[in-house]
Amino acid sequence: MLRSFGRILVLLALLVLEVPAIPLTGLMLLLTFGLGMVFLFPWQVMMVRRLAELNRRLMRRWTDIEIEPPYLPEPPPPVPQSDGMYRSDRTLYKTPRIPAWNNRWKWLLSDPGSWRDLLWLVLDVVVKPLLVPLFVVLPARGLRLYAQWSELLLGATTASRLAGQVSHLKRTRNLANDSQAAEMRRIERDLHDGTQARLVAIGMTLGAVEELVDRDPTAAKALLAKVRDASSETLTELRRVIRGIHPPVLAERGLADAIRALAMDSPMDVTVDVDLPHRPDAPVEAAVYFAISELLSNAARHGNARKVTVDISANGPHLRISVTDDGMGGADPSKGTGLTGIERRLAAFDGVLALNSPPGGPTTVTMEMPRVLPEHWAADVQKMPRWKTVAVVMLWATAWCPTMPQGVVAGVFKLLGAEQKSWFLALYLPEIWQWPTILGMITVGLIMHVLAIRIPAAHNRERLLAGKPAAKVLC
Amino acid sequence: MKNRVLVAEDLYLLRDGLVHLLQAHGFMVVAAVESGPELLKGLVELRPDVSIVDVRLPPTFTDEGLKAALAAREKVPGLPILVLSQHVEQLYARELLADGSGGIGYLLKDRVFNAEQFVDAVRRVAEGGTAMDPEVIAKLLASNARDEPLAALTPREREVLEAMAEGRSNAAISQRLYLSESAVAKHTASIFAKLGLAPSDDDNRRVLAVLAYLNSR
Repeated sequence: MLRSFGRILVLLALLVLEVPAIPLTGLMLLLTFGLGMVFLFPWQVMMVRRLAELNRRLMRRWTDIEIEPPYLPEPPPPVPQSDGMYRSDRTLYKTPRIPAWNNRWKWLLSDPGSWRDLLWLVLDVVVKPLLVPLFVVLPARGLRLYAQWSELLLGATTASRLAGQVSHLKRTRNLANDSQAAEMRRIERDLHDGTQARLVAIGMTLGAVEELVDRDPTAAKALLAKVRDASSETLTELRRVIRGIHPPVLAERGLADAIRALAMDSPMDVTVDVDLPHRPDAPVEAAVYFAISELLSNAARHGNARKVTVDISANGPHLRISVTDDGMGGADPSKGTGLTGIERRLAAFDGVLALNSPPGGPTTVTMEMPRVLPEHWAADVQKMPRWKTVAVVMLWATAWCPTMPQGVVAGVFKLLGAEQKSWFLALYLPEIWQWPTILGMITVGLIMHVLAIRIPAAHNRERLLAGKPAAKVLC
Repeated sequence: MKNRVLVAEDLYLLRDGLVHLLQAHGFMVVAAVESGPELLKGLVELRPDVSIVDVRLPPTFTDEGLKAALAAREKVPGLPILVLSQHVEQLYARELLADGSGGIGYLLKDRVFNAEQFVDAVRRVAEGGTAMDPEVIAKLLASNARDEPLAALTPREREVLEAMAEGRSNAAISQRLYLSESAVAKHTASIFAKLGLAPSDDDNRRVLAVLAYLNSR
């Protein structure tokens, strides 16, 4: 109670800042748009934003209402053209300063958040005094109401959320494109410097053999043996390249066995525990495979680990991977490119990587890839047994008969005292049995309807209670 | 003589090449198939003395051939099968060796280049022996590098162990390493003692014991 009063006092005290801010803002806007002193505009917007941000922070701390900032993401720094000039609309500049300033000005001016903040500031000095009676009587309630009012104008809008998502997607797409391009470049280099060169050598040697075969069969034979060795080496090299593109075991057996094969080839004692009911999509499998492969080689190379545990499991539609080793720890993502590479790979799937590596170990890397698995995995679709299906169909097919014609309609006929008896069984019975039969029919019909609905529902619940299907594979 | 052979390979050129190679070395090719289901049917119905099977076969182009081989050996225990692949995996080697009954080969396709060694491997498998690719053995040993008893082997013993694990007999090892047969026998005895395995005169059982030892690690 007392604390709430304290908070309200702080809120009211903030009026000391807000009230003078309004004429100041008005003056700055007037100078900006009236006299063209455009440099004042960013200051004005930033001043209002700071006040708004202070309010958001206080509301977050004092109430359970989380007010997300609604601002559009800041424009990226200008990128020079191929001739080294910076372009802003139709003008070229030598330095990035003016284009950057232009972008910033446009960003502030076109963001509806700037104007909503301003509206909030003007209205807030009215709303606060209006709420004072409520603040005095019910301080906690008043604070909540005030927070809701703030959220109305300071909270994120659909447009600002979408804009945030778009900029996030743009960034991850760029990352994915970059890493794919780098990958392609690496493969090209491998094929160009290795395989292609070797094939050229083989072709040349074969040409020499062709010339020699009549004159000096022994030398030709020796050369042929060389060609055979060279082709064998080429194959070995090609195998290495293929492994780097998409490991054959992954294509043949899927993630679980590919990781197991990786574990077997590792000099460390690797325990693999995969708990996935089905195979994820191929790109996801590849990303996970390469991430784990990198982590295993890191653990062996830098961490001096002996034992590693790899755990892959589905958490609803999210894929969760953790790799723990007993090495000496102290891994630092800023050193070396391994972890950054993994992060980049995962970013394409909105995946995140968390590293916990205290000096002295153990090191745990947890990776989470949200919504990469189909939803229905969480509860594997299990068909109802045939008899249940037949029963449900029969119930739906017949339940209408006792409820409607033999029950409700017969009841209406009886109430109206109609002459017509039609095929309503109850009306042919002696008077005393007629109402019990009609009510009985309705009851039977309703029970049948309820059963027809309940049987599939109960089946679904049983399935959910039984938990995920136990497709647990241990290695 | 055991010379009825089945070939399963989806690439026409390679299949044809294998058939010619085998015929030239006195084998009789009873069937040359190109898909997983055909292979399984052929293996179970024809019961060839030895079959040469590619791992990746239609219709799925995954591990169709390997699956068919394992399924056939479940129905006909000890059916000799030599698996060929573009890449070797310890995982597959372990699966093939899991039943411990021998008559198993697992080689890289490149090994066909050396016709004599390849035919030798086919014969060995037909007779119930094993033929493991040197690369599989190298991987097995590399992943056991920190293992105490293995680290205690001398370099020479290690070479003998490698050759033995590939499925070679004492005579073949002595030829390859330029040692006398008695020296090879001495090395093998010492290896078995260091690894704590029961010695055996039978080449075949000896190989399986070594592979089982390496696999159990």
